[in-house]
Amino acid sequence: MNKWKRLDHRDRIFLCIVYGIVILLSLMILYPLWFVVIASISSPDLVASGQVLFLPKQITMEGYKYIFRDTRIWTGYYNTVRYTLAGTLIALFITVPAGYALSRTDMAGRGIVMKLLIVTKYFSGGLIPTYLVVKGLHLVNTPYVLMILGSFNVFNLILCRTFFVNTMPMELQEAAEIDGCSITQYFFRVVIPLSKAILAIMVLYYAVGHWNSFFNGLIYVTDNKLYPLQLILRDILITGQSVDPTTLDPESLELMRQIARTIKYGVIIVSSLPVLVLYPFVQKYFVKGVMIGSVKG
Amino acid sequence: MVDENLPARIPIVWSWKRSGMENMMKKKKRAGFNSMRMLKKTWVCYLFILPMVLYVVLFSYLPMYGIQLAFKDYRVSDGIWGSAWVGLKHFKTFFESWQFKNMLWNTLSLSLYSLVAGFPMPIIFALILNYVTHTRLKKTAQMITYAPHFISTVVYCGMILIFLASDGIVNQFLMLLGMEPAGFLSKPENFRHIYVWSGVLQNIGWGSIMYISVLTSVGPELHEAATVDGATRFQRLLYIDLPSIVPTMVIMLIMRAGEIMDLGFEKAFLLQNSVNLDYSEIISTYVYKIGIQGGQFSYSAAIGLFNNVINLLLLVAVNRIARKVSDVSLW
Repeated sequence: MNKWKRLDHRDRIFLCIVYGIVILLSLMILYPLWFVVIASISSPDLVASGQVLFLPKQITMEGYKYIFRDTRIWTGYYNTVRYTLAGTLIALFITVPAGYALSRTDMAGRGIVMKLLIVTKYFSGGLIPTYLVVKGLHLVNTPYVLMILGSFNVFNLILCRTFFVNTMPMELQEAAEIDGCSITQYFFRVVIPLSKAILAIMVLYYAVGHWNSFFNGLIYVTDNKLYPLQLILRDILITGQSVDPTTLDPESLELMRQIARTIKYGVIIVSSLPVLVLYPFVQKYFVKGVMIGSVKG
Repeated sequence: MVDENLPARIPIVWSWKRSGMENMMKKKKRAGFNSMRMLKKTWVCYLFILPMVLYVVLFSYLPMYGIQLAFKDYRVSDGIWGSAWVGLKHFKTFFESWQFKNMLWNTLSLSLYSLVAGFPMPIIFALILNYVTHTRLKKTAQMITYAPHFISTVVYCGMILIFLASDGIVNQFLMLLGMEPAGFLSKPENFRHIYVWSGVLQNIGWGSIMYISVLTSVGPELHEAATVDGATRFQRLLYIDLPSIVPTMVIMLIMRAGEIMDLGFEKAFLLQNSVNLDYSEIISTYVYKIGIQGGQFSYSAAIGLFNNVINLLLLVAVNRIARKVSDVSLW
């Protein structure tokens, strides 16, 4: 308090504005998320008439009951989980060894490889030529396309490479070489165990990318059974098909219309749950990734 | 005696703390000699990059071969190579079509609007957050403002549509404050503002991380000296903090400039409906519609290429300007 009294009045105003903006912005972002949570468990009528603003009222689980009965959502969930798991593994397999190899100065031609990679960041064939390549590989409408596409990203590779350049001391490599350690052994026995941070960052970046990926599913998959969660979500949230009409009799269809929006809120929660639950614990890795990347963009 | 021996005895621990730059310099000196022997030792590196090379060749370089479609009339039976050349026919059709002007304008205006509104916000936020000394509040604010970055575009757009609906939460708050509810979604011209400002809110936290990390590395002695000289906090923000992040700002600006025509397909596509089509049809959504949905491969490949080339030109131009003006550039 004493500190506050000693402050110049211009500083006081400044600090008031600073704290005001930070708190207001945080609330502006937090409130919508909170509202989705309370609206998903409140009575739909009260939500629609604007009586649910800060706390849930007349708690009901009707919305969630419909969600749990909707097979589309669970098919989408299952698909997205397997795309994410397989895709993240593929991504690690592609990115981490390549990042390490390109971080070694004794690898001839690595400058050219890096240049060719940067080119792809700024110039690409475009949607249609890429689509034709995927089609030519007979990957359209298979689960594999959604596991493979999105499993490599030049930015993540550069991140990996920067990490290895900055943290792997030359002396360690020399000591290992003198002891007769090959590059492969060195990579698996020394580099990988020392690189848990970058592995965590890669897993998180790629996993979130796969989990939230919508575009590739839209382009390359037309079979309902292969739809990832995000495509199902689009049907429910954007196009407004909250209920699969074939699974319901006319009576419950009317009832459904009333709680359609409750279902929307519930679906947002259910689909974002894995990310939301993990987020507070892994946030530091995401931030770390940005910091490493900022050293050499 | 002891002091001199210490670093030599524990070289690994000692060098851990050094920056990577020194390692790089050392490595460079050795890299020159006897390349045959080098290759014998490092051949396995090429095995390490093989999966990546495969991916990049298949999904980045092979599609570039398909760009020739833009100058051909693609027929499945003839393949990419065998289809007949038609020169610039598709480009002409596109430039002369009635949607061209509107689409180009939508793409450019949305993108520039996003840049103008979205670029300064994370910077301002970082500068402000730097003066929040209450650690708990600072950490919480960071955690909350980064969160929207991880919400998928589909869910985010779904939330926008639900909240802004005529009986949505935003209107309910307006009514609570005694104001008239507004038809946010029924007026097509609102699309632009909804698109841009929802994007600003989604990225303000995540975009500020880099600036925050630069700001924390500003030497405290500068701030101390300024305080002794009687500078207020706002003056320190303007004359110490702001100049320290200018190089980062320039780099970020150049990178953003290379994406001006690369406007997010997903968000525009998901927020698009028959009401706002005049404002929401951008080049990438059009390419999707006529290419993937309509099957006109050559025509949409031509439009895609046009988009790509403009992008590249913008990147080169902005980079050149930045190099002349501020000595900071990508290459």
